Amino acid sequence: MYSQFVDTGSDRVLSSEELEGLERAFQERIDDEITIEPRDWMPEKYRETLVRQISQHAHSEIVGMLPEGNWITRAPNLRRKLILLAKVQDEAGHGLYLYSAAETLGVSREELIDALHAGKAKYSSIFNYPTPTWADIGCIGWLVDGAAIVNQIPLCRCSYGPYARAMVRVCKEESFHQRQGYEIMLDLCRGTDEQRRMAQDAFNRWWWPCLMMFGPADGASVHSQQSMAWKIKRHTNDDLRQRFIDQTVPQAEHLGLSIPDPDLKWNEEQGHYDYGEIDWNEFWQVLKGNGPCNRERLEARRNAYEDGAWVREAARVHAEKRARREREAA
Amino acid sequence: MSDDQHLQTYVLRLADNALVLGQRLSEWVGHAPALEEEMATANVSLDLIGQAKSWLEYAAELRGGDDADRLAFHRDVLDFHNTLLVEQPNGDYAMTIARQFLFDAFHLPLLEQLAGSADPRVAEIAAKSAKEVGYHLRRSGEWMIRFGDGTDESRRRVIDAVERLWPFTGELFTGDAVDEAMLAAGVGADLAAVRERWSGHVDEVFAEAGLERPEDGWMQSGGKQGHHSEHLGYLLAEMQQLPRAYPDARW
Repeated sequence: MYSQFVDTGSDRVLSSEELEGLERAFQERIDDEITIEPRDWMPEKYRETLVRQISQHAHSEIVGMLPEGNWITRAPNLRRKLILLAKVQDEAGHGLYLYSAAETLGVSREELIDALHAGKAKYSSIFNYPTPTWADIGCIGWLVDGAAIVNQIPLCRCSYGPYARAMVRVCKEESFHQRQGYEIMLDLCRGTDEQRRMAQDAFNRWWWPCLMMFGPADGASVHSQQSMAWKIKRHTNDDLRQRFIDQTVPQAEHLGLSIPDPDLKWNEEQGHYDYGEIDWNEFWQVLKGNGPCNRERLEARRNAYEDGAWVREAARVHAEKRARREREAA
Repeated sequence: MSDDQHLQTYVLRLADNALVLGQRLSEWVGHAPALEEEMATANVSLDLIGQAKSWLEYAAELRGGDDADRLAFHRDVLDFHNTLLVEQPNGDYAMTIARQFLFDAFHLPLLEQLAGSADPRVAEIAAKSAKEVGYHLRRSGEWMIRFGDGTDESRRRVIDAVERLWPFTGELFTGDAVDEAMLAAGVGADLAAVRERWSGHVDEVFAEAGLERPEDGWMQSGGKQGHHSEHLGYLLAEMQQLPRAYPDARW
């Protein structure tokens, strides 16, 4: 989940009877599964929530280029290097779709990016973890993209049309990335002792942060309930997290990795895996800016933007000059 | 040297230019001046490394019993045959763009000639690569014009970049025994003809950008023969670290 904690501005979710006028008609459309489009009336809080969520998602794509970009120049063979480059290029593309989707809600890409650089907008906490070994690139593809897909597939039916349509395109590419990530892990796990050690170590470090990608537990989230009433979300955080665990554990077993959770076990009655307690203190600390790489990630993005200011300015000034010359020639 | 050895070296030069420039460009990923440039830079890098892979696969076949990855990750500085231009550091975006433009303007006519090579593999790889490089050249040329005809700052930066990179352009067109043998065999390109097209294109873009073409003074060379600047060693150390550290591993 690339937007793991989105403020909806709500204290509690109002029932349909409590809503009036336009708000009520809006909720009825939502309940009837009618897609909301940019020109439709929408409650201000719905609009703001979507701006937060879509921009968090966009920012995550962009910040997410950094931990993986860290390994492009060091990818261990030409094929892996090409795949990783293509993947990071896709991520920039996802960022572009998503900023465009957010712009249909009346904000500009520049405002959103400024908010990110000012530390006012969030991005997924997962990208604040480092990638010290090549196995981390495998884990990001397999687990991080895996978690993102579990979250994003229901978003393809999100009530806001432009976001839902962006997700359809994004999901196709993400599944491809995830398979590639798994393939990296497979090669490592079938490789030398050193490679297996690398794989297990990376898995130990990514497992819990990936579970945190689904956001706070259901009981702790009124925002989640509001998002569900608006059908921005379709499932609760805990449901999605459970789905991710259930699908990922057999994959880890297939790789021969042990799961860094002594409490993890199959619950025959429930038909699900039970799992241990998430360290919510770590989760909130990373969200607050105290993760291992928060500072570096934001600095890298800020520097790229500031160092590139003269480039963007040159492009703008040249475009104006050219337009003026064309007008004069006409 | 036999023609077989000349062909190997010739193909390795083509491979190494693409590989080293692709590697340099990939250093920008995550740090480019705009989202669109992240995509464009990654895209060009991807094209070039893809081309390098095709050339290296051919070179490996010619050597027999070698593979493309071994050639990319287990050769050291003296055995790399790229020109000095492509190993120059990224610097600022003007430096990166100027390096790209000066190389693309050489790369396209070179590949277009090689598309008619008597060696069918060379012809095939060159024809495919030329399509990609056509885009690269259009893009880098447009940025040269934006910088030259943009703000005072962009103009100052691009003039500085061109001046610093110009001494590395001579090597692109300096033929040696390998080039001569390959030309005579109908396999390689005629560098004088490539230079003419390069020169015409540079003049055209510089005129539109309002830039002055530097005088051809002393030109640096040696890369094609394995005599590189100090930059290449670091680039290779970074690129080759994993396969060197774990020689028995498959990835």
